[in-house]
Amino acid sequence: MVRAINRKLLRDLYALKGQVAAISVVVGSGIMVLILAATILDSVSLSRDRFYHTHNFAHIFSNLTRAPEIVFQRLEEIPNIAALETRIQAQVRLAVPDFEEPVRGKILSLPDGEQPLVNRLYLRLGDLPEPGKPGQVVISEPLAEAHALKPGDELEAIIRGRLETLTITGVALSPEFIYQLGHGDLIPDYERYGILWMNRRELAAAYDMEGAFNSVVLTLQAGANQEMIKDALDEILGPYGSVGAFSREDQISHRFLQDELDQLRVMAIILPAIFLGVAAFLLNVLINRIINTQRQQIAVLKAFGYANSEIGLHYGFFAGLIVIIGSILGVLFGLWAAGGLVGLYAEYFRFPELSFRLQPEIVTLAVAIALTAAMLGVFKAVAGAVRSPPAEAMRPPMPERFSRGWFDLPFWNRILDQPSRIILRNLSRRRFKSLMSVLGIALSGALLLLGSYQFGSVNHMLDTQYRLVQKMDIHLVFTDIVPERAGTELLVLPGVHFAEAYRSVPVRIIHERIDYRTSIMGMEKDPALRGILDQNHAPVSLPPEGLVLTGYLAEYLGASPGDLLQVEILEGHRMTLTMELAGVVYEPIGVGAYMERRALNRIMREGPAISGAWLLTDQTRHHELFQRLWESPAIAGIGIIPRAEANIRQYIEDTVLIFMGVLLIMAGSIAFAVIYNNARIAFSERERELATLRVLGFTRVEIAWILIGEIFIITLAAIPLGWLLGTGFAYAVNQAISTDLFRLPFVLDREVFAFSAAGVLVATLLSVGLISRRLRRLNMVLALKTE
Amino acid sequence: MRRQNNAGPPVFEVRGLTKTYTMGEVIIHALRGVDMELFARELVVLLGASGSGKSTLLNILGGLDSAGGGEVKYQDQSLTHAGEKALTEYRRNHVGFVFQFYNLISSLTARENVAIVTEISNDPMTPEEALALVGLEDRMDHFPAQLSGGEQQRVAIARAVAKRPLVLMCDEPTGALDSRTGIRVLEAIEYINEQLGTTTVVITHNEVISRMAHRIIRISDGRIARGEENPSRLPARDLKW
Repeated sequence: MVRAINRKLLRDLYALKGQVAAISVVVGSGIMVLILAATILDSVSLSRDRFYHTHNFAHIFSNLTRAPEIVFQRLEEIPNIAALETRIQAQVRLAVPDFEEPVRGKILSLPDGEQPLVNRLYLRLGDLPEPGKPGQVVISEPLAEAHALKPGDELEAIIRGRLETLTITGVALSPEFIYQLGHGDLIPDYERYGILWMNRRELAAAYDMEGAFNSVVLTLQAGANQEMIKDALDEILGPYGSVGAFSREDQISHRFLQDELDQLRVMAIILPAIFLGVAAFLLNVLINRIINTQRQQIAVLKAFGYANSEIGLHYGFFAGLIVIIGSILGVLFGLWAAGGLVGLYAEYFRFPELSFRLQPEIVTLAVAIALTAAMLGVFKAVAGAVRSPPAEAMRPPMPERFSRGWFDLPFWNRILDQPSRIILRNLSRRRFKSLMSVLGIALSGALLLLGSYQFGSVNHMLDTQYRLVQKMDIHLVFTDIVPERAGTELLVLPGVHFAEAYRSVPVRIIHERIDYRTSIMGMEKDPALRGILDQNHAPVSLPPEGLVLTGYLAEYLGASPGDLLQVEILEGHRMTLTMELAGVVYEPIGVGAYMERRALNRIMREGPAISGAWLLTDQTRHHELFQRLWESPAIAGIGIIPRAEANIRQYIEDTVLIFMGVLLIMAGSIAFAVIYNNARIAFSERERELATLRVLGFTRVEIAWILIGEIFIITLAAIPLGWLLGTGFAYAVNQAISTDLFRLPFVLDREVFAFSAAGVLVATLLSVGLISRRLRRLNMVLALKTE
Repeated sequence: MRRQNNAGPPVFEVRGLTKTYTMGEVIIHALRGVDMELFARELVVLLGASGSGKSTLLNILGGLDSAGGGEVKYQDQSLTHAGEKALTEYRRNHVGFVFQFYNLISSLTARENVAIVTEISNDPMTPEEALALVGLEDRMDHFPAQLSGGEQQRVAIARAVAKRPLVLMCDEPTGALDSRTGIRVLEAIEYINEQLGTTTVVITHNEVISRMAHRIIRISDGRIARGEENPSRLPARDLKW
């Protein structure tokens, strides 16, 4: 037998279904954002950890020129190493059937016919190459997918200038290449870059590495001291051209993945904190106001002999049920959206499988926050309602206390009619309630601004990077360091209008205890194809001496202009120099270090040498140009800048913007829910007065103005406050998502403000439309008799 | 039912008025054929128990509700077939309402509560005049919360009469008041009726109040049970309950 009071609970929920639905949406949106962010973070980091663990991802890496295999025995003697593998790695160029452009690749050796001990492969299709069978390779899965290659298919490769036909035996993933990035790229380009694995004996023969190796990877025992092992490796391998052992933190794939996870982690804290915080606040206010409209009922229940605690429990259940409905919606939609977004991340971060789980502790946390906010609202309202003696329900309601305000001055007296005065007195009498309404709507407007601002900033960022910084359209990397005049020879290539050479040197920059591996780019004092910008995006010249860093890197190192930096050269003869930080430059994408080219040549103790070039070309002759470049053994890499721009745009759209798009939908739902609820409650509170005015001869339009005028004044006050709060939210999120890869400029276009205001206004108009239906049905007789 | 000493044409003429409500599956016959006339300047008390149909009758006369069947005429204008716009116009310019629970706008002062009506009617008195009629000239700038129940009801009367209506409808005007305050309110109604000649209808279940009426109409079970002249009217201040 359902108790009558519980029936009342269910009927109340049904009667208030519009408001219940709206509040559920607010709660659900807050919870959804938390579930979404936390699930993506959890899924990516869990998948990574599993892959690393099951496939023995190396802890330490070292690349060198060439060491005889006998050195392996000395490496083995280093204590605390769990597994050690020497191998051969080489750059390779591929010709893929039905694909005109050159494909670059990296080819790695496998112990003949076996899995390596370290960085084991996850074979998605096929098998490892058979021992002793020439011309067999395993290729990376993204490359296979990009060109629809499968085991049994053939590829052509130029290995040391000789064209060879390779047969694909398997398609694999490696923990070393979860983020599969070509040299100098920021975003994976699976069509034009891939990884291949080949039996060591064959690769050694092709690259003249028989009985030798040029790469070492190893895993550590628990508790091993990484620095000591790196030092030991450097000591043994230094004479063989090692540029220094490095740990996972400097391994490209790991670093980008870590960067992405760090960014996701901050997003998973900051965005849900904003959304859930706003939702909790609104829930508190809305529940409080709904219960306030039931004061009479509460008094009647008390008159029947219900205890305060029972009434509190009754409304506790009422709010609890709304929170549960919202939570179920939030969890379901959160998981659904997370599933979709994780799929997008899987495009860029290649795992054997994406682990996906519901974390009960996250759900519990979200529901607990929502329930607490709801119960605080219930407590405040019920405590207020039960304070008055039950007899009040039997008496006519006490008129609320009002007093005169600033608008009672003679000037306003002439202007304002009584209905306008009702609006203003209502607003100023219930100052706290009006303020809460303004704040609630402002917060929803703020969320709209937060959800939309990044769309504009992304364009701003890409425009800066690709119109002002990288003005070239082709970027060439040479195989070796060549004399300056090689640069001018590029001009004779078909379609090349202009060429500008640079010298790039891999380095580790150290300031105090922080270090960062990058390359110093030596270029002209005022490069024509490479903009160097100050904070205001104005071009500046490189100083004749000293190092210039991207502002983001300088900040990371904690260095400011004038500070001395340690620069460890990771090429040729290793040496460490002390250089002055001569200035910082602004670049939204990537992290770099720059010098005047001849100054760089001087510290490298070399003549005017270059290692790459930028070109300005005729697009229509690209096919011809690529053909020629392809044939030249001196070219190690070709970067096509417009393609890089398209790739990075796609990446940002797939990850950040889709995420923000989901948030924007949430923000829109919250805005509508809050504004509708506000209007609905305002209607309940005014119903009796409005009915009285109808009886006194006011028309529907005249009474509608009293209600709608109040709603609009609140909305208009909320819009600028929403801008202010939204700017704060956007700033917090913007700071949080600065990474090595890109920094979104904090640019708020006028459109963003207009969008936030328009969103709030549209929600207000819709709500007013819904309320107008109630105004039309306003029952004069009932409204006068009851209460 | 006709008043004997007929004072001109009736203000209201009601013929065969019926009204039924459907409440869920139950059909309630609130009015089962009411015939009645109301004349200028008279004070009529409609007496009946709760559920007798007296409020329904008042609501239809006041233009708050529509008739189910029959005919209601106000000064040759039919209220039976009046549309929403005409009824609003009728309430705005011709009828004054006094409610059991006063229904003042709590955010407006006494003066402003009257002004809210005078601002929209054709030939109103000033709010000050209206409040003076009910003896509240000293309390004009008080908000409802600063007035006693009786004072609030007198503001409501001032608000109702300020538009100089031909009819004043009072629905249990003393229902929420103690007898002393109630009598003060009835005195105000009596004064208005005498001074302005407003046709006044008071509905109540309190027999005592009927003794101040020119005419008493008893209503029960949706019909006029009895209508009688009251030759021995008592002034409101002499009523006791």
